[in-house]
Amino acid sequence: MSFEASYSGIGRLDRLSYGDTVVHRLDPRAKVVATLLFVVVVVSFPKYEVLSLLPFFLFPVLVGALGDIPPGFIARKVVAVSPFALFVGIFNPVFDPGTVAISPGVSLSAGWVSFASILVKFALTISAALLLIATTSFPGICRGLRRLGIPALFVSQLLFLYRYLFVLMEEAMRVVRARDMRSFGGRGTGVRVFVRIVGTLFLRTVERAERIYGAMLARGFRGEVPSMRREALRPSDAVFVLATGSFFALCRLVPVPETIGRFVRGLAG
Amino acid sequence: MSHHLLEFRDVRFRYPDGTEALKGISFLITHGESVGIVGANGAGKSTLLLHMNGYLLPTSGGVTVGEVPLRKETRPEIRRKVGVVFQNPDDQLFMPTVFDDVAFGPLNLGLPPDRVRERVHEALDRVNALALADKPPHHLSGGQKSAVAIATVIAMEPDILVMDEPAASLDPKSRRAVIGLLNTFAHSKIVASHDLDLILDVCARCLVIRDGRIVADGPAAEILSDSTLLAENNLELPLTLQGRPGQWRSASMGRPRS
Repeated sequence: MSFEASYSGIGRLDRLSYGDTVVHRLDPRAKVVATLLFVVVVVSFPKYEVLSLLPFFLFPVLVGALGDIPPGFIARKVVAVSPFALFVGIFNPVFDPGTVAISPGVSLSAGWVSFASILVKFALTISAALLLIATTSFPGICRGLRRLGIPALFVSQLLFLYRYLFVLMEEAMRVVRARDMRSFGGRGTGVRVFVRIVGTLFLRTVERAERIYGAMLARGFRGEVPSMRREALRPSDAVFVLATGSFFALCRLVPVPETIGRFVRGLAG
Repeated sequence: MSHHLLEFRDVRFRYPDGTEALKGISFLITHGESVGIVGANGAGKSTLLLHMNGYLLPTSGGVTVGEVPLRKETRPEIRRKVGVVFQNPDDQLFMPTVFDDVAFGPLNLGLPPDRVRERVHEALDRVNALALADKPPHHLSGGQKSAVAIATVIAMEPDILVMDEPAASLDPKSRRAVIGLLNTFAHSKIVASHDLDLILDVCARCLVIRDGRIVADGPAAEILSDSTLLAENNLELPLTLQGRPGQWRSASMGRPRS
């Protein structure tokens, strides 16, 4: 993916987060807690579990649909980072040649099953995290984290990261563009030039940091970034956390697909 | 209202690398004055501005704001009196939303939340940017960023407003809006710029700086029409005073008549 394409991807994610839907209106804390619960529960499944994970797709699908997030966009982002998961699991089929029963009467190669389990867990957790960012403004997430007890220093760092990520990326894009326009036939795009570009960007960033600090001092900064938002949790936020939490608990404790299968088979028989 | 004075007495400043950027600057700006500071690149304008709120402290000489002499320990007080708008709005706007950014200064002044909210509202209203309150700065246009940057400083209600290139890289309409905005302020104003038309529109008095010294100080209309003085300082007559009749004529004659 080219630099400009990945930049506009982040920009789009950011723009989506300023939408106004049921999901966007939930308190950031509620969404952060629900997403964390989701990730912990999904990861807690044993390594040969695939079918029991499937009901969990309901969460990202519902959040995405209610939050008006284009599913293709999230899917492409998940695919873009999937090589990490592929590399983590790719040798499982080689090192784990046994077989395992995935449902009564069906057994498969254990390595392939655990590989599939890794991929499913990966798709679930990444899409949930992306949806959290796509439905909650980043400052909102930071406020949520602060109210959940994360130290102010870390939260300020995150806020500055968010604020200047776009400035820095635009600067990098301009430098890369200037380089490309004067590089002919691949000359000038080598590692040496790249290293110098990174160096230049670093120096510019240091200078910018100094100017920003000057601007902060000029407005009375004395070490802490003040905030005055005091949002109260609404009943809908509590309902959201309770509902998602109990859904996750249910899916973790009861093998839902198997139960449904048994139920259907019972009806047929 | 003598407490709105700004006085520089023989201010000298040497950067740690040995460059002497200011070589004895003296002037007095009184209440309600609007002063333009012009000069070539590297003449010392930015260094001078950074002394006005104590970001830099003079190597020798003295700066007084109101009755307060600038020293390390008086800086917080000085910064309350002198509001500085920096050249690049991306450096000025560092908070995640416009509202938070404008509230940053008043909150640091220790105002109660209700007063802060009022101040933010007033400041954004004055620069016609109320509708932008919940936006993140990177979603704003250049003109909007400049307006909000000015709001962040006026929300602190400073006695003296200092600006470095307030209209740099703005389109003509946004630039005009900034000029109109500056003219509504009754504050003492100090504007450093290469945009001499802007200085002419906003400032009654003008200082010319060359090589760390003041080489001219007088009414803006007089100084900005002195083409010899301007040329010596890498400047030229403001466009409004150039009146290029020859060029206009040739341009209109070049067009086919129908």
